[in-house]
Amino acid sequence: MPTNVINITKSADSSFIGQVAKESGQNPYLCYQCGNCTAGCPFTEFFDYPVSKIMRLLQAGQKETILRSRAIWLCATCETCTTRCPCQIDVAQIMDTLRVIARRENYVSEKEIKLFFDTFLDSMKKHGRVFELGVLLKYNLRSGKLFTDADLGPKVLSRGKIHLFPTNIKGREKVEKIFREFERKPRNEQ
Amino acid sequence: MNNKRYAYYSGCSLESTAKEYNDSLKEIFKVLGVEIEEPDDWSCCGSTPAHTVDPLLACALGARNLSLIEKMGLETVIAPCPSCFAVLKRAHLKMKKDPEMRERINELIDEPYNLRVSPKSALQILYEDIPPEKISEMAVYEIPELKVVPYYGCIVTRPKEVAEFDDPENPISMDRILESAGITVLDFPFKTECCGAAFGVVKRDVVNKLSSKVLSMAKEVGANCVAVCCPLCQQNLDLRQDQINSLMKTDFKIPVLYFSQLLGLVFGISPDKLGINKLVVSAQWIVDSLKKAEKRGKKIKEEPEAEEEQ
Repeated sequence: MPTNVINITKSADSSFIGQVAKESGQNPYLCYQCGNCTAGCPFTEFFDYPVSKIMRLLQAGQKETILRSRAIWLCATCETCTTRCPCQIDVAQIMDTLRVIARRENYVSEKEIKLFFDTFLDSMKKHGRVFELGVLLKYNLRSGKLFTDADLGPKVLSRGKIHLFPTNIKGREKVEKIFREFERKPRNEQ
Repeated sequence: MNNKRYAYYSGCSLESTAKEYNDSLKEIFKVLGVEIEEPDDWSCCGSTPAHTVDPLLACALGARNLSLIEKMGLETVIAPCPSCFAVLKRAHLKMKKDPEMRERINELIDEPYNLRVSPKSALQILYEDIPPEKISEMAVYEIPELKVVPYYGCIVTRPKEVAEFDDPENPISMDRILESAGITVLDFPFKTECCGAAFGVVKRDVVNKLSSKVLSMAKEVGANCVAVCCPLCQQNLDLRQDQINSLMKTDFKIPVLYFSQLLGLVFGISPDKLGINKLVVSAQWIVDSLKKAEKRGKKIKEEPEAEEEQ
């Protein structure tokens, strides 16, 4: 007996399909489960649900299962699925939209990925440009994994490939303003 | 022929970890008569992290830069980093297609963007705007031992509705550019396989594993060098090559050069100016194998005269 049977009638949220369709600009119903996306997906061996299964779960309105999946965070937006979909669905866009919704509704199954992205954007907000060394050090501190990529340090430092100090652009307040304005806009109007 | 002038958006990577991409592009542009001008006070494009937060944020961060570039009065911006390119191009297309979106984005940024800029990758400029004969003419050196596989990565030609350039499955622009310069290019089935992209820090094993597939295939087809056009691909394949070797029990020692560095070498530009010494896996043997390409140089020099006679 399989243990992870989902009672789809109980857990279906039909409004979710419409929400994803609207935000992504894609029609999930067009998918007929040919599996081309999964066949080409370089990350499939690391996903909990292959991308074609995410599409099927979406058609069945399985919001909780999808938003709790690791797959939507591990997708690298390489666009292979989008390129190969015979129904011209922008599958990578759907994966991105699902990740955006997961973040907004606080379902984050890959906390470190989110933490890295947040650290990157914080750096950008502060300086106007990304300060790579700062992002790495801050990520290591925040994640508690202090020695992440420490082996790369001597390689980049000896070749002068990384700046030791951030570059602050003159218009960094303007960049910060975009983040601020954006945070103020109601999210559900999209 | 008058030189064409372009705006040039280097992006954060080209200012640090991909400095050699920036330096080598600027050097070959000088040789090929491509004039560039950098926008003042550009900001980061937001790259992958921004679009995972919200497409609107990603679009606004791209649009701020497009509006700065627009004020320069140049119609094309070269964005050498595929991630920057994708952000700028997506922002441009979205605002063009959807006037309501344009209005919302323009509210978020200081100065409105009026759709007058066309973002292109460095690869696209070299392929579409520079005649291959010009590249051949400038290639005064050759590297007979060199066998290159061109590795394009995921997004420089994908999705095709955004890139509007080359082929999404089997791109050929880098092949042709390098071939024009007399460099031997091998068929490569993994031209667009993903290297693991932006997860290097957080999911190192995943990235090392995916990158190792690219290097294995390069070795299998008999290549001794990988040519790239993306800072992230370069980092994952070159900077992380030792990590790959220790995780996968392999012994790769394949130099991973930006295609612009290879062009620069055969154009006779000094390796230091091209940042060859910034590569982690040494490319010294490639530098040592450079030879004057006498025959080809001579043959090509005759061509412009023949043209004038017609």
